Amino acid sequence: MTVTNILGEDDALEKSKVVNQRTIIWENFRRHKVAVIASVLFVIMALACFAAPLIAPYEFDAINLKAIRQPPSAGNWMGTDDLGRDLLTRILYGGRISIMIGILSALVGTSLGALIGALAGFYGGRLDNLLMRFTDIAYSIPTLPLLIVLSSFSNSAVPVMVLIIGFLSWMPTARVVRGSVLSAKEKEYVEAARMIGAPDRVIIWQHILPNIAGPIIVGATLGVGNAIIIESSLSFLGLGVQPPTPTWGNMLMDSQATMASKPWLTIFPGLAILLIVLAVNFIGDGLHDALDPTLRRR
Amino acid sequence: MGRYTIRRILQMIPLMVGISLIIFLIIQAAPGGPEQMMLQSGLTIDPSVIEAYRHRLGVDQPIYIQYFKWISAFITGDLGISYTSTRPVLTMIMERLPATLELMSVSFVLAALIAIPMGIYSALRQYSFFDMVATTSSFLGIAMPVFWFGLILQLVFSVKLGWLPVSGTITVGNTSFGDHILHLILPSVVLSLHYIAGWSRYMRSSMLGVIGSDYIRTARSKGLRENIVVFRHAVKNALIPVVTIMALNLAALFSGAVITETIFAWPGIGRLFIQAMYARDYPVLMGILMMGSLMVVVFNLLADLVYGWLDPRISYK
Repeated sequence: MTVTNILGEDDALEKSKVVNQRTIIWENFRRHKVAVIASVLFVIMALACFAAPLIAPYEFDAINLKAIRQPPSAGNWMGTDDLGRDLLTRILYGGRISIMIGILSALVGTSLGALIGALAGFYGGRLDNLLMRFTDIAYSIPTLPLLIVLSSFSNSAVPVMVLIIGFLSWMPTARVVRGSVLSAKEKEYVEAARMIGAPDRVIIWQHILPNIAGPIIVGATLGVGNAIIIESSLSFLGLGVQPPTPTWGNMLMDSQATMASKPWLTIFPGLAILLIVLAVNFIGDGLHDALDPTLRRR
Repeated sequence: MGRYTIRRILQMIPLMVGISLIIFLIIQAAPGGPEQMMLQSGLTIDPSVIEAYRHRLGVDQPIYIQYFKWISAFITGDLGISYTSTRPVLTMIMERLPATLELMSVSFVLAALIAIPMGIYSALRQYSFFDMVATTSSFLGIAMPVFWFGLILQLVFSVKLGWLPVSGTITVGNTSFGDHILHLILPSVVLSLHYIAGWSRYMRSSMLGVIGSDYIRTARSKGLRENIVVFRHAVKNALIPVVTIMALNLAALFSGAVITETIFAWPGIGRLFIQAMYARDYPVLMGILMMGSLMVVVFNLLADLVYGWLDPRISYK
């Protein structure tokens, strides 16, 4: 072996120390070009919506009866609705609610799923059996009809919608987390943590969960898109967040009757939903590739 | 296998009991009941009349008695009487069932016929132009809000082009089969979209996994023709997990049918469900939820059995 070779290996060792987990994931994510573009699109859309009061051309409830049902024009890029309200403005404001419901519902659903899955996988036995049979039950009732019934009972306020959608979307996460916890709890690092006397709570949340975070994060990302679609479907049926608060779903509520004469009222809110869900799903795909160690090209 | 099947069927019983309890409790939590409907009518009604009405419906009894009465009647096929039409719920569901089954099965077949060849070809030509287009369209299909896709298709093909009818199952006065098929096109395309997108992805990744395996290399090195390698050796095995997913998704098709039927005024169970929801017709809602859940449970069982039957490596002990 020559001196240069040894030096070279040393060099590689030196470099590998600098590369931490986060950098590797970021490097991998960056390679997924579509996911990067999708992230940029998502950030732009979300920023535009949340900055709606600053950048929207009109007030979201500004009625202009002189300009009702106008097709897209220089003054109203996406046209106006039945009350002469600017559609672009309403899409920006509506996006705030739709995106917020998407993110919060996914958070609720994922946290609940992670909690149930972690408890079932970690403690096993009776608790596992009980929780998993409960998961089976929740899985077996058709989700959309159940959502329809529940939201028809409620006043459809934003927090209520978040809870309803979240409480009906935890099951896939619970199953995935349970499986991951089952295999993770046999690993040496858990044994080591147990040996130094760490309580179960610490073992689950600080040792196991960070190691199985990949599938949870991916699931949560896809959950955001799913929740946005669910909210819009419920709103379309008149069961989601109620007007005058605009959401992308409730802007489509009456569009079926009027789409022949005013197609822009149908096209733009739907495009907004499609774009944001597409972006979120591509981000999820990128994260999936980046977080899966078996796919790592390094 | 036989014992496994029996055990799985027996496991369905506690599952259905749990499901029925949850559905029952949720509907119980509903604001207002049948008497609320009477009061909403604006008439002044004698409280004793309401009491008699409640008694006749059995809603004045303790909740667990109501549950046992409801569930034991359900087992015998008595799903109760609709509040709005005062007809048996089972009859109402059975009337609507054929339309829903027709829509579901046509969409299912359509999705399978498009998704499977699409997935196979994508896998055989990985990273080709076709594969890229197919992948992009799948992502689009998965992200598409079903109801909006339906509206856009109506807008394009019915309103603008006038090629296809907007909604319903037949044109009034026209009883020909062709006319009915024309009505079926848009709803089944809309309902199958998600599954075309999803299944083609599964088929592609399953196929990619199989193509890389040793026995395919062996088949090729034996000098078998590519067609035989692909179809007899690869596709057959790659289909196994996909068929399982398809069976599982049969149940999810039911959820999709609710939206699709609403958009296209398709007279199936989904539309009945939405109508019952607006009318607060709880027996109908409960009946449809129970039937839907039963369907899910049965299809899950079928998916498991089909999986075991297709894949001899799976043994049931």
